[in-house]
Parts: sequence; C-alpha cells; structure tokens
Amino acid sequence: MNLKTETDIASYVSDAYASGCKLRIVGGGTRQSLGNPCESEAVLSTTGLNGISLYEPGALTIVAASGTPLADIEAALAAEGQRLPFEPMDHRGLLGSSGTPTIGGVVACNISGSARIQAGACRDSLIGVRFVDGTGTVIKNGGRVMKNVTGYDLVKLMAGSMGTLGVLTEVAFKVLPAPETKAVLLMEGLTDATAIQALSKALSSPYEVSGAAHVQKGLDGDPVTMIRVEGFEKSVSYRIEKLRKLLTSFGESSIEIDPVHTKAGWKWVHDVEGFANQTGDVWKISVKPADGPKVAQKLPEAECLFDWGGGLVWALTPESTDIRKTLQGISGFAERVRGNTQNTSPARVAQNAAIAKIEHGLRTKFNPKGILNAGIMG
Amino acid sequence: MEMPQPDTLVLSRKAHIVQRLQKVLPESAVIFEEQEVRAYECDALTAYRCPPMIAVLPGSTTEVSAVLKICNEEGVPVVPRGSGTSLAGGALPTSDCVILGVARMNAVLETNYEDRYIRVQSGRTNLSVTGAVEQNDFFYAPDPSSQLACAIAGNVAMNSGGAHCLKYGVTTNNLLGVTMVMMDGEVVEIGGAYLDSAGLDLLGVICGSEGQLGVVTEATLRILRKPEGARPVLMGFDSNEVAGACVSDIIKAGVLPVAIEFMDKPCVEAVEDFAKAGYPEAEAVLIVEVEGSETEINDQLAKIKKIAITHKPVELRESKSEEESAAIWAGRKAAFGAMGRISDYMCLDGTIPVSELPLVLRRIGEMSKKYGLKVANVFHAGDGNMHPLILFDANKPGDLELCEEFGAEVLKLCVEVGGCLTGEHGVGVEKRDLMLTQYNQTDLDAQMDVKDVFDPKWLLNAAKVFPLSSSDDRRAI
Repeated sequence: MNLKTETDIASYVSDAYASGCKLRIVGGGTRQSLGNPCESEAVLSTTGLNGISLYEPGALTIVAASGTPLADIEAALAAEGQRLPFEPMDHRGLLGSSGTPTIGGVVACNISGSARIQAGACRDSLIGVRFVDGTGTVIKNGGRVMKNVTGYDLVKLMAGSMGTLGVLTEVAFKVLPAPETKAVLLMEGLTDATAIQALSKALSSPYEVSGAAHVQKGLDGDPVTMIRVEGFEKSVSYRIEKLRKLLTSFGESSIEIDPVHTKAGWKWVHDVEGFANQTGDVWKISVKPADGPKVAQKLPEAECLFDWGGGLVWALTPESTDIRKTLQGISGFAERVRGNTQNTSPARVAQNAAIAKIEHGLRTKFNPKGILNAGIMG
Repeated sequence: MEMPQPDTLVLSRKAHIVQRLQKVLPESAVIFEEQEVRAYECDALTAYRCPPMIAVLPGSTTEVSAVLKICNEEGVPVVPRGSGTSLAGGALPTSDCVILGVARMNAVLETNYEDRYIRVQSGRTNLSVTGAVEQNDFFYAPDPSSQLACAIAGNVAMNSGGAHCLKYGVTTNNLLGVTMVMMDGEVVEIGGAYLDSAGLDLLGVICGSEGQLGVVTEATLRILRKPEGARPVLMGFDSNEVAGACVSDIIKAGVLPVAIEFMDKPCVEAVEDFAKAGYPEAEAVLIVEVEGSETEINDQLAKIKKIAITHKPVELRESKSEEESAAIWAGRKAAFGAMGRISDYMCLDGTIPVSELPLVLRRIGEMSKKYGLKVANVFHAGDGNMHPLILFDANKPGDLELCEEFGAEVLKLCVEVGGCLTGEHGVGVEKRDLMLTQYNQTDLDAQMDVKDVFDPKWLLNAAKVFPLSSSDDRRAI
C-alpha cells in the first residue's frame, strides 16, 4: 500500500475502521520497540507523506508532512542558521534499530533531548498538527503561528500519544536560531549527589545553561559531569567562565570549546550511546532533579546516566526487573525503553486510575474501535 | 450576545441549592442575594453582563470538590472565575449558574529553588508568584499585561502569554502540574515537579481549555533565575513595512530578544499625550529588549543596531540607564490606559505570521476608514500577536455593534493570512461565534469530544469557546 497523501491515509484508515482491521503506524521505523507490544494486522506507513511545505526563517516557523525525514528538516533549518529547539535524540544506537527517523515519529513519541531543560520538549515547540483519527476523519488543530489559544490545544495532546489518537499527517514547529558557538564545562570524579548539586547550582544561575548531565561512567570509565552553554561567542565565553568560578567548590573543571568534541560528547550523552552495546534493560525515569541520585541509590545494580540536571535518569538494569516497585515513594514516572518483549511487566503503565479513565475516554472518542497502535500505551 | 436559555428548573430550586452549598462552605463563602451576586456579573469584557444565580468562594481543594459534587448532582451550570480579568468574557456568568471564584485560595504551598519550581493555589495572582520568589532572584516568566490582578487559575485556563514569551514561552511552557477538580468532584493530580509524565499529555490540553474541563485549584510552575540585566532600545521608522522588515531581519540574524514590541502612529500619539514618554514622531516605533550581563547586552544591542541602521530608522535610542529604560517602557506599558482615557475601546489579539504584518496593518487602516472608527495598534511583533485597539463610544447607539463588526473583520483577516483568532486572551464568548472561520465543524467536534470526556453533562462554562449552534446537541444531554 503506497499512501502518498493525507486523503490516501484517510481512506485507508476509514476502510480499516469499517472492517475493524488493527493498524500499526510506522514512520521511519527507528523507534518501533518503544511502548508496549502492539496488536496489529496491517502496517500503515507515513513515509509517502514527504516534504517541507512552508519554511519562513523570519517568522521562526516550519511546516512539514509527517513522513519527512528528520534529517531533511534539520538540514533545511541549518541552511538558514536555525534549528529545532528541543534537540530530538536518536534512538537507533540505543535500540539497535535502523532506518531514517521521520518528524512524525518524533512528534508521536514526543522525543526531546538534553535541551529540554531550557528550551522545552518537542510538545513545547509544536504549534500545529493535522491528523487522521481512528475513523478516517481528517482533523486539524493549532496552525503555523507560535501564539495561538484558539480552542483546545489538541496539538499537545497529539504529541506523545504514540498514534493512539490518530495518524499524524502534518506538523508545524516554532524554531530557534542555532547558536554561533557552544562550550562545555567538564568536571570529573563527582559522586551522583554532588554532581546533581553542581548541576542544580548551574541551572539556578543566570548563565542560561542549555544542557546539564552527569554520567557514572564516562568514556574512560570515571564519572563525568557536563554543563553546556550556547550562544554568541562573547556571551558563551563570559558565561562559561562565570560558571567555572561559581562551581569551584566542587573541584577542578575544564572547558571544552572544540565544536567537534562538544557535539560528539553531548551526542554520546543524550543518545545514551554508553548503553548501546551493553546488555540489560534500559529505563527512562523522570523525577525532580534532586531525586535523581535517590533513584540511582535505590537501583544499586544499575548503571545510571543523568540528563536534565538530574531530572531524567537513564538506568541500565539487569534484564526483566521491574524497577517501578523499587522506586515507589519517589514521585515521577518510569518507562522501560529497551527490554525483552516477552517480559511480563509492561513497558508503560498509567499513572493512576483517575488518569487512566480520562485517557481511555479520549481514546474511545478519537479511536473508537481501537484500531490504531492498539495497546501501545497500556 | 446569545446565551443558552436559563434552566428554569435549576432557578426554581435556588433556595435548596444555596442550602446544600452552605453545608459545605463557610457562611460568608456562599453569596446569593441579588445585590451581592451583581459583583460577579461580568469580567473585563464589560460590554456583557449577567448576574449569576449564586457565587461561591471556596477556600480549599476539598471545598471546591464538595461544591462541584453538589452542582453536578443538581445539574447546575458552573462558571469558574479567577480574578475576573478576562478580556474575552471567559468568566461571564449565565443567570442559572454558580460562579466558582478561587480568589480566597491564594497561598504559596511550596517553593523549591534547587529543583526550580513553585506550587501555589490557583487564586494567587501572577505577579505575586514572582513576588514570592524574587527575594532569591527568581521569577515566573509569563507576564500578561494584567499580571498585577490576574490569577494563575485564569492564566492556566487561557494559556496566557505576555510581552516576554518570545524567549520564555507562554503558560503551557511553564506549567509543570496541576491539581484539578473534575465536575463530579473527583480530584486529579496531573503532572508534577518533574518534566515528563506517563501517558497522554493531559496537562497540555487542560491548559487553555478555558475552565471547561475542570477547576484547577493548585499549580506547579517553573521558576527561573533572573537575568543579570536587561536593556531596551527604541527605534522609530517611517513606515510599518520597514519596521516589520526590521523585526524579521533581527530574528533571521540569530538574535533572540526577550521582547519586540511594536506601536503604530495612532498608538504613539495617544501614548505621548498621556505618558509623555518622549517617543519620536514616526509611523512605527519598535522597542527591542535584550537580557544578560553588561557585555552580553552591549554585544546583542550592537548586532541589533547594525541591522536597524540598514532600515534607515528615523530614531534609534539605546537606554543608558535604569531611568532611560523605564522611560522607554513607560509609554508601551501605558498604551492601554492612554487609549482608555480618550475613548472606549475593544482590544483584539489575533496572531498573524510575522511576514504578513505590513499587509495586515494596511488592511486594518482601510477598514478603519470604512467603519469610521479609529484604531491603534500595539503588539508583540516577534511572535505576530497583534493587539489592535478599536476605539468606539459606548454611549452612542450602534457604535458597539459597529466596533464588533470591525473587530470580526480584522480577526477573519488574521485567519485568512495564516494566523488565528486569539493569541493569548482566549475565545470566551467574545470570539465564540467566529470559531468556524478558523476551524471546520469536524475540527470543533474533535475539541468538543474532549469536553465530553471530562465533563459529560456540559455543566462547566459550557456557553463559551464553541458556537452555541455547534454545541447544542451536546449541551442538551
């Protein structure tokens, strides 16, 4: 089935709705193992919907079809000195997947990266969507302007809904200027607790930190704490020096300004490359930054990587252990991002019964026969 | 303004409903005398008024829950109210409703600088959220013009913006979690002091839902460290087109000012009369503000001035002191007051793609002649959020209607060029009947489906946001 337009998708879904055929929505296929196993009888690919339909650098807006490769969008933006604010991570290394990530997949899974701490998540930059709901009806929400409170914000609702409310066909973003330069402050050998305190101090400063991470095992096996600032050259050199002074009590630090190194080093962190070739399950845990070290403490067998100033913990754990019970008492949420599909515990569970009820109600409205990515969110 | 027929059955049971509410609230928190409920007859959209049947002022989430449970059982419509500063009539009552005001709930529940958040009751005013953390040099970023008075409850309901959201985002980008009471009284916690949650982004759809999905009683908000400094530069241009092109060039050059404010000539003249801010005689005035240390500010302003000069400004005035900065902002901040002094006005807030600015301003000028009503434009140019102020005389028969017709034509134009009806004020009743110019019935049905899930009986603020003809069937259930 070669679906090239929104109309094609709508008619395909409409037929599936009539026959009750369960569909698996696929973009580039690089994040297919996220979420719970999906019941499906047929595959709906969005890659036929390809292309940037509008890009106005002066208005900081870009609109593209959902199947457009992320790389095409990033290249178009880079040519004008701009970028997606939320720095979407690449899951291919971590999940051992192949393919070409699409912008629709990024939105469906609300994929962000280290910049989320400052610039927000994918959902914060997303300003408009078009999608086909589970009956084959085309729906639009939001638009192409960055300030828009006209009616309900279904744009946010669609971000991260993993295809369970509809098939995205078009997405619009607010974009930002790409920085002239970057610098990273590096500290070595800190314990988790001390490192997170240092990150917190940096993030509570006026120096506009755009990335704040700590890894228990850096490339040479020792802990590394990393703080990133970005912007115009004069500003970056000023702020990174200020941060260095601010954090002297935490010990020695060095500053990396080589663009190749800062880029590769940060990619290693935010794509969680360190876990890529190690066996074990991988969990993504979202907590208050100060609770990050507590999470690691409760998981003595795990190797942890902290991003978002400590608020995002990536944990590499022994296979088939459900860490959610261990983490009870710490508020936040945990989902298994990589693990044995035969595992009895689901990758994702609803936060609580009240929320589960609302979510079920919404899915019943938008996807009444449950034919889209059935079961993926629990 | 067409509103649904009041439910006579509800009205006939007023005494009984009052009695039930009095059992769960302190005596002073249930207001039902005709003279007293009049205080709640309108919000900042004063052209429309309607006293509610009853007003209640609960003091806690538990009391809100008890009130909603009773109203749900009795089938009484509820209109939530923050501080009543909505310019869109978001808190306009119906005569059979209970106004649920959160003004008494204004406590700070928790401040956490290490994790950079504050948790407040939703009746707390926007400015006093910053007030609670500024001794530690932190602030809450969204800054609607009404921030002295407006409540976080209303900010969440309308997804409020402000002058500084080009850099910091609007309410939804700074909201981490809410405690919300559903219409049946159930209390739900959504989000929290952490960034990502499991499941669907319910927080995202609650923010901006205009009090139609639940009553938000507590909010967890992101707080930020204040920048080291900020400084504006004022520029005058001899046409709106040139000023618009300058805005676009600044953004394209990679500079992201914290605010870019635009005022056209009629606005500048009114402001000069009123605030004597010393603005230049120009067709268009821009105020561009940047933040950072002294060095960073100088560096950014140098870049901005270099761009501005290529557009031959008639004036380019960089602030050299706190006093000069205040003077530059004084005029902009006095704009609404200045207009209010010379006339009644209606303030629109449609958003347009920045590239369409010159065209839209020209067309508004033409409409102004056609309708014979003056209009002044003041707006957030960086994000295209316009604020045309249409002047009219409320005492002149027919003038309000003429003004509304003019306003509707402007908003339709905003949509036509790729923008939207409202950038930060919300739909309320004011833009309700224009919704079908931006969305088709199917798009609106999808939104109303969401309301069905949260509030199946359509009791919460039901006469807002959606044209009554579109929501008729759902409201009848």
